[in-house]
Amino acid sequence: MLQTNALAEDTVLTQTDNAVSVSGVSKNYGEVEALKNLTLDFPRGQLTSLLGPSGCGKTTLLKIIAGLLEPTEGKILVNGSPVTGPGEDRAFVFQDFALLPWASVIRNVAFGLELRGVAKSEREDIANKYIKEVGLEGFEKSFPHELSGGMRQRVGLARALSVDADVLLMDEPFSAVDEQTRRKFQEDLLALVANENKTFIFVTHSIEEAVYVSDQIAILLPRPSRVADIIRPTGLREKDVASIRRDSEYLDIVDEIWASLKSYVE
Amino acid sequence: MQIKGVRLPGMSSLLLWGLLWEIVGRTGFSFFVPPLSEVVKTLFEIIGTTAFQKALYETAYAFCSGVFFAIVIGIPTGIMMGKNRLIDELLLPWVNIFLSAPLTALVPVLMVLFGFGMKSIIITTTLFAIWIIILNARVGVMQINRSLVEMATSFGASPWAAFTKVYFWAALPEILGGVRIGIIRAVKGVIIGQLLISLVGFGALFELYSNNFLMKHFWAVLVVLFALAFSISEFLAYLERRVSYYAAKR
Ligand SMILES: Nc1ncnc2c1ncn2[C@@H]1O[C@H](COP(=O)(O)OP(=O)(O)OP(=O)(O)O)[C@@H](O)[C@H]1O
Ligand SMILES: [Mg+2]
Repeated sequence: MLQTNALAEDTVLTQTDNAVSVSGVSKNYGEVEALKNLTLDFPRGQLTSLLGPSGCGKTTLLKIIAGLLEPTEGKILVNGSPVTGPGEDRAFVFQDFALLPWASVIRNVAFGLELRGVAKSEREDIANKYIKEVGLEGFEKSFPHELSGGMRQRVGLARALSVDADVLLMDEPFSAVDEQTRRKFQEDLLALVANENKTFIFVTHSIEEAVYVSDQIAILLPRPSRVADIIRPTGLREKDVASIRRDSEYLDIVDEIWASLKSYVE
Repeated sequence: MQIKGVRLPGMSSLLLWGLLWEIVGRTGFSFFVPPLSEVVKTLFEIIGTTAFQKALYETAYAFCSGVFFAIVIGIPTGIMMGKNRLIDELLLPWVNIFLSAPLTALVPVLMVLFGFGMKSIIITTTLFAIWIIILNARVGVMQINRSLVEMATSFGASPWAAFTKVYFWAALPEILGGVRIGIIRAVKGVIIGQLLISLVGFGALFELYSNNFLMKHFWAVLVVLFALAFSISEFLAYLERRVSYYAAKR
């Protein structure tokens, strides 16, 4: 009885509950085929990493999902409805932060809400909450040039969180910060995935990072890009964050991914 | 500037040059160079005269109108050129030609077209100022960080919101830089216009003083003009510095 229930739940999860599903997407930049017939599902409430060598089309795929780029072919569904442009159900975290240099932290965090026409006092309340959540309390009045790289990325993250989108699209969000900050961010990200009921799509270059933070890793191969493999580190979520990096499953998956990517790195 | 570790306020070297002027003036070196003290004395005398005040008013009027048109037409044109390839291709050659053209040669043509009065002077002033304003606004928009635009788009910004909340501010340091240089050029334009057309404003005053060999008066008016032009440019430089903290970090 118990077992059948669990099984039923499992099939529901895998079959219908995809926050985002990409099917048969191709993208050409003139002569360059960046993506070719790519199909990939992103389960709700989970973090999926896109991992692959430079230039294989990770950013392109992310921007197509965001509605910033139009695919040459194929279809993207977010919560079951097709993507025609940017929407309130998705929020983007940019690799280079994309903060307004002339605006304070609080205005930057509230900027997504400002563009959506939320009243000033209301959006600042929401912004304050997320500024606290990402650990920037006391810097509300600061300007981006007064912050470190890591703090700027927190502002970008708080901005994406404050619009309360279902899907967070993150393009190499941790690549511009130092290694210690990066590790801290990875731990914070795990907490975020556990607490916020959101779907995360996460682009990274780092195999270790992908294995550490992901529920599902999609390995993309170079142009024209397709999904070479999907890996689900099943046992890692239950482990203590501090010991994941010493876990044998973690180490095995890192090795396995490296073995499959090695041939593409000259 | 620093002398023996003491920081002197900016422009202190002007005092030295003023002193030199005074000495040369006192030696009676040339009829054209009266001592600075005499010039200053004359300056205070003529400032009260109606002729001077009328000239000042007319010049200010022509200058402000000319700069107003240059800014109001120049900035949107530049922003449009920066955002739209087609408009850019159409207008850029003309902007570049006029930027480097000897505009003084055009003033007689303007006189024929628009008469010998205020209208021609305003148009001359605008023509002197507008091209650099257009070019700078264009550059400001073109160098805007792509990801700022994408950020605004991804959060659903309308074209108008993107323009007023992102494009304009991102280009502001360049726009102000262009306006500052444009205004300095407008000072030239308004004076050259008045000199050539010479019926109104300081042009008429210059004509009067130099024809009657009133060198002290002539210099006094010149000092006033230089001081005005310099203060305007310094004020704009100050505004520019206030936004420059983010100019390098967009
Ligand atoms: N605007 C564009 N015009 C032409 N080609 C482009 C454009 N954007 C991307 N490309 C090409 O498409 C391919 C995929 O680019 P994309 O930026 O998606 O790669 P990526 O996987 O994000 O790389 P990286 O890991 O270096 O960020 C690259 O080969 C790139 O040269
Ligand atoms: Mg990329």
